Parts: sequence; structure tokens; C-alpha cells
Amino acid sequence: MSQGVGVNLQDVWIRFGDFVAVREANVDIEGGSFFSFLGPSGCGKTTILRAVSGFLEPSDGKILIGGNDMAGIGPNKRPTALIFQNLALFPLMKVWENITFSLEVQGVGAADRRKRADELLDMIALAGQGDKLPSELSGGQKQRVAIARALCASPDVLLLDEPLSALDLKLRQHMRTELRQIQQRVGITFIYITHDQGEALTMSDNVAVMRHGIIDQIADGQSIYDDPATPFVASFVGENNVFRGKVKSIENGMAIISTNRTGDLHARVGTSARETMKVGDKAMIFIRPEALSIAETNSASNHRIKALVTNEEFEGQAYNVFLEGGEGKEIKMSLVNQGKIRQSSMGKDMFLEYDPEQSIVLPEGELANE
Amino acid sequence: MKSDNTLMKVFLGLYLVVFFGYLLGPLIIMSITGFNSPGFPRAAPWECLTFEWFDVLANDKRIINGLQNSFMVGAGTVILSVIMGMAGALVLTQVWPKLRATYYTIVIAPILIPGVVLGISTLVFWDRINVMLGFSGESFLHNGILLTILGQSTFIASYCMLVFVARLQRFDVGLTEAALDLGATNVQAFRKILLPFLKPAIGSSAVLAFLASFENYNTTTFTFGKYPTLTIELAQKVRYGINPSISVLAFIIVVLTIVGALSHEIYQRRKQLALANGAPVGAVTGGFQLPKFLRGNPASVVLLLVALGGFSTIWFANVYSPETCKAEVREIKRTLQQQRIEEIRRQKIEREQQKLLQGPDIFGPKNRPGDAPQSPGKGAFGSVFDPQNLDKAGPESNNEPAAKNPGAGAFGSVFDTQNLKKQSESGN
Ligand SMILES: Nc1ncnc2c1ncn2[C@@H]1O[C@H](COP(=O)(O)OP(=O)(O)OP(=O)(O)O)[C@@H](O)[C@H]1O
Ligand SMILES: [Mg+2]
Repeated sequence: MSQGVGVNLQDVWIRFGDFVAVREANVDIEGGSFFSFLGPSGCGKTTILRAVSGFLEPSDGKILIGGNDMAGIGPNKRPTALIFQNLALFPLMKVWENITFSLEVQGVGAADRRKRADELLDMIALAGQGDKLPSELSGGQKQRVAIARALCASPDVLLLDEPLSALDLKLRQHMRTELRQIQQRVGITFIYITHDQGEALTMSDNVAVMRHGIIDQIADGQSIYDDPATPFVASFVGENNVFRGKVKSIENGMAIISTNRTGDLHARVGTSARETMKVGDKAMIFIRPEALSIAETNSASNHRIKALVTNEEFEGQAYNVFLEGGEGKEIKMSLVNQGKIRQSSMGKDMFLEYDPEQSIVLPEGELANE
Repeated sequence: MKSDNTLMKVFLGLYLVVFFGYLLGPLIIMSITGFNSPGFPRAAPWECLTFEWFDVLANDKRIINGLQNSFMVGAGTVILSVIMGMAGALVLTQVWPKLRATYYTIVIAPILIPGVVLGISTLVFWDRINVMLGFSGESFLHNGILLTILGQSTFIASYCMLVFVARLQRFDVGLTEAALDLGATNVQAFRKILLPFLKPAIGSSAVLAFLASFENYNTTTFTFGKYPTLTIELAQKVRYGINPSISVLAFIIVVLTIVGALSHEIYQRRKQLALANGAPVGAVTGGFQLPKFLRGNPASVVLLLVALGGFSTIWFANVYSPETCKAEVREIKRTLQQQRIEEIRRQKIEREQQKLLQGPDIFGPKNRPGDAPQSPGKGAFGSVFDPQNLDKAGPESNNEPAAKNPGAGAFGSVFDTQNLKKQSESGN
């Protein structure tokens, strides 16, 4: 996998005046991999990408591409191509001229460029549309032209800034798989920015989750989902029920947390907190809606939460039940729809069962939507 | 209610008539005078339709020379102003944000400074530079064309800058970044991305600069040196006496302006229509459709128009001759004059008879030199406004009995004693 060109950020800080946009970022991106930055709007994703492509210099730290320090090297000299958040197709040039702009500035003749453009148009399934203007294309087509234009420059690293955000859901899903296929075909490093976790998880080899300038976790999609490093990651990626309490005991990576309203909860200590968590610490327990189930009436399990059903909704493949538990926050439980007609339990108390292995304890911290 | 409404409409209509009359009236009258035969531009009384003033205009060396100078100055001003305006606007986008307002004020200031001041300061400034560099009085820095270009560009460049600023505000800096990212140098990014984007602004600021240069008088009057532009020539001409060839020139300019404005408007409409339909501009042909063989072939349209113009001219020349018309008018005038002289003579005789009957009359024209119509005093306008000049049928009719008043008074023979006599008589 590592035949491509890798990218490394070493202690990178980026400041705008007093404002810190990126704080001490350390990222190692393997050559030829698909790497995503995931984070809410304004957390500094674009800023990092602009630093990698050379439009701004980091205030501190180093950026290496293929092992070479990029300090002082302009964007037109770096082996990167950036697909802009708004695509930035040249409105006055035809599609084929757009695609081969990187060749034009190298002085390649029009006939050769036309040929290369036709090859790339074939690849993005837009054959025969080279003579249109960008304004005459649909959103998804523009998207693909932007990708072709970037690929035409034969970059070692392709940087994509939320390129799918303007598309509707269907097209976005289609483009996801297409992007992934293109990446596997050309084998270059993709650095992809998104605030859509589904996108990040489905496409990437590795994901970095960011929160206002800080990178909270870098890991593959499954680790991020199953073993989040911070409460922010746990609550930002996927849905999570949060319970607060104090650590009562820790044993073999499993902790017992005492909560006010839901009694003692058993959960696995998150990998990032294994070393540091002590008895008596304030903690947060995260249990995913799909890790909850309705307890058997005669179950002797002590992994149970008693709660009042306040709402129910049918979502197709899942049946969501909302319960009043926790600290005033509602608990969400997702049940797989097995085709049986369920009886409504609205207004009744219900016992929920959870799997301690799928529940994570982390030291108290900032949540995503607070 | 309803009558209110009609009243409003009447007022509105009236207002529009007055408004457009005020705007366009002078132009229309002036254009008409260019086709009337009398030697002084006037629309009424209408005498003979004539195109001779075109000929006069074409043979007026000073006007032609002024026109040439104007075009040269215009071209130079367009080049200099467009470049300076573009550079100024680009700097505005680059300059440190806190300095922007100050910079803008400074660069816009020449528009607010009176042109006269700009003219004088241009003259003084470049003369000083000339002295400083130790050049002679004949150096290129004293060349009227160059000085005029420099002087006019001081403020016309600011106009151009405004046009560029407006356009640049809509530019997506991301496009330049994308170009750089794809390996373009800064120069390539400018040439291939920004310049094409600015093209419409270059076009409109060039037109603006040319028009502003063409019509400028205030600044030019100080800087033209040996190269008077058209406006300077026109202003000087008014002093020596004008004829309808000026009207013809005005007519040509008006027509060119209208044609230019209309074709621009039509082009814009078509472009909008094309944009709305998502079709290329060429595919749309306004409201009417040209016959197939003419469509998309401007050359054939022009040819057709030229042919039509040629044929109609030949036909017109065959059926209408301004010379016969003028001869007729001259004849009519002569008989009128004769009649008038006769009348006067008759009245004189009558008066003499009355005088014999009544004795001396203090208010009579006795003290005035009745048959020696001299107008005293020489005025700045010479006999331009001499009503007798007005009666001349045309420039080549100068060989007619040269106006009977030798003096070139400021108001011509308005105060001609004969006139007074007539009046006092009608007063009687
Ligand atoms: N040129 C700049 N000057 C000052 N602050 C800036 C500048 N560029 C970005 N910022 C700030 O840096 C922070 C991060 O911006 P950035 O564009 O990286 O966000 P983002 O993560 O890409 O967000 P989004 O998902 O909305 O695109 C924002 O708070 C923004 O206001
Ligand atoms: Mg962004």
C-alpha cells in the first residue's frame, strides 16, 4: 500500500492573528491511502488543506510531502492538486480546456491536450461533453470535471475539500463509491475533507476527527466508531446515549460507574483512558442506540436500565423508542425491524438491557452538540 | 377617481413630452439644420433639402485635422487609462484592508478635481519635469498630443478604475488559486484566468475612456499645444462663424451613438435571452428573423444596406436637385426684396408728402442716416449672427451682393436703422 507519496504534519499550528485555527496537529498519512478529516463546520479542516497545498504557511511546525519539507514552496510547485469546496471550475473555459489546464500552462499543444481530455472524460463517464461550458453541466457532472481536472495534473496527493457537499443524497452516495474506485485505480494519496461522518467512514482507510482546531483522534473508521478517544468523538460520530457518573471501580479494563438516576452501569474503559482513569473520577458512559435491547422479563442480568417510554417512531429498517432516563436527556433505542407488529408501550416503564463490552467509559469532556 | 387617473396620465404624458423635448430637442433641431440650405444653421424657415454640408464638412481641413487629433488622443488615452485603471483596481484588491478606504479616496480624487485644474497642473508639472531633465522647449514633453493624453488620463483612469473595481468584486479568488494549484505561474494565472474575466470591463472602460477623451475640453484646452482636438476646433470655430457643417458633424455623431447603443442593447438582450434558455448566443435572433440567406452572415447584410443606400441616392439625385430648389428660393427672395424696396420707396414718398403737410417730426427717422445702413462697433461674434448672412442661400452664394452692411457689429444689423424705421412705421 505504501508505494504512494505520504504526507506528514509535524506539530503544525496555524494562527490568524490571535485566533488559533489549528492547534498542534500531528498527522501521518500513508502514501496511497484514503485519509479523511472529519469535523463540524469551522473546525479548521479547510485551513489544514490549504496549508498542505501551499496557500498558507503554518505558523509553526512542518509539513512534509513524500518526506520533503514544503516550507517556502508555492502551490504551483507542490505535487498536490486541490479540489475546492466550491469546485472553482473556470467558467469561461470549455470543459476540456478546464480539464487540461495543467497541461496548457506547461505548454502542451492543443491536439495532445484534447486527446488527454477525451481519455479523462471517458474515465469520468462524460464522453462527448468536452465542448460544453461548466455552467451547462449538472452538479454531479461539474464534480467529476473537477476531479478530472485535478487528476490531469498527475498529482501525488489529491486534496478534496467537501467536494460532495453540494450534491443530493442519491448522487452523493453514488459519487462516494466512484471516488473510492478512482482512488484505487490511480493509487495516489487522497486527503478528503468532510463534515459527513457517513462519507468519512465508508471511504477512508483512516479518519482524523477534529474539534475547533484540535485533532481528537486518528484511526480507522471502525475504531473511531467502536472505541472513540474522547466524548466529542463519541458523540460526533454516530448517535450515542450519554450517561454521567463517578467511577466506582475499575477491573481488567471494565469499570463500574455509579449514576444518579440509572444506578450502577458496567462499561469498558475507552482505550485512550486505560492508563489515566482512576476510581472517583467523573466519567461519561456512551451506549449506542443499537446496543440497547428490551430486557427479558425474567432476566437476572444486572446490565439493566429502567426507563419510561415517551415516544416511539418507525423508521423503516429500525424501530426507535425514546425513553426518559439519564439526566433529563432522553435515551434512544433502535430495534431492528423484524417484521413483527410490536405493541406500543407508550407511557409504560421498560427495562433496557445493554452489553457492557459495547459501552464505553471516558473521562468527562466536551460533547459534540453542546 | 377615474378623472383623477386621466388627469394624472395627461400630466405624466405632458411631463414626458417636456422631459424628452428638453433632452433630445436640441439634438433634433441641430440635426435638421444640417440638411437645410441656409448658410447659418437653422431649422426654420425650411428652404431646401441639401447634403452639401456633408461636402463642406469633408473639405473642412481644420475639422478633419481636429478629428484626427481627437482620435489619436482618444486612442492614447484609452490605452493609458485602461492600463492604469486596471492596475489601480488590482492594487485595491491587494492592499492591506485598513489602507483600502484611504487608497480609494486618493485614487478617486481626480474625478472630483475640476478639469481646468488638472489641465493647468499637467502643463506646469511636465514643463517642470522638462526643465529638470534639461530638455529643450521642443522636447517630446511639450508635444500637445502626449500632454493631452497625460492630462486626460489623470482623471479618465479613475473612471476606468471604477469599472474594473465593480467587475473585480465579482471575481472568485478561488479561480486564481485553482490555476496556481494546477501549476500555473502568477503571470499565467493572470493572463489565462483574470484577464479573460476582466474582458467585458476592458471593453466598457475603453469605450468610456474614449468618449470621455473625445468630448473633453476643460483639460485639453491647456495642453493641446499645436494639436487642437475636435472640441477645441469647434470652440474656436464658433468665434469665426459657423455653418451647418457643424450640425452635420453633430448629426453623424448622434447617429453613430444611437447605432452603437442600439446594437449593444440588442446584443445584451440576445445574450440574456440565450442565458435564460441555456442556448449559445448565436442561436438566438431577437424578435424578428432575417431571411435565411442573410442570417449569420453580417457581410451580406452590410452589402445589402450599402446597395440600398447607393440606389436610393442615385434615384434621389435624379429626381431632386438642390440647385434648382435653391435657385427658386433665391428668385423668391429677390422678388420679396424688390417688393420690400418698392414698399419702402412708396412709404418714403408718402412720408415726405406728409412732412410737407405737418412739419418736422421729432420722432421720425430724420436724424438717422436712412440709406446708409452701417452697424457700428465690432464684436467678438463678428457677423455670425447677422440676419443678412442668414439669408444667404449657401456658402457658394457668397458672390451675391455682399451684405449691405459693411460694419461687423456684435449684433450684426439687428440695430440696422432700416429695421428701426420699419418698426416705427408699423408703430405709427
Ligand atoms: N483567512 C482567515 N482569517 C481569519 N480567520 C480564518 C481565515 N480562514 C479561516 N479562518 C477561521 O478559521 C476557522 C477554520 O476555518 P476553516 O475554513 O478551516 O473551517 P472548515 O473546517 O473548513 O469549515 P467548513 O466545514 O464550514 O468548511 C474558522 O473559524 C474561520 O473563521
Ligand atoms: Mg471548509
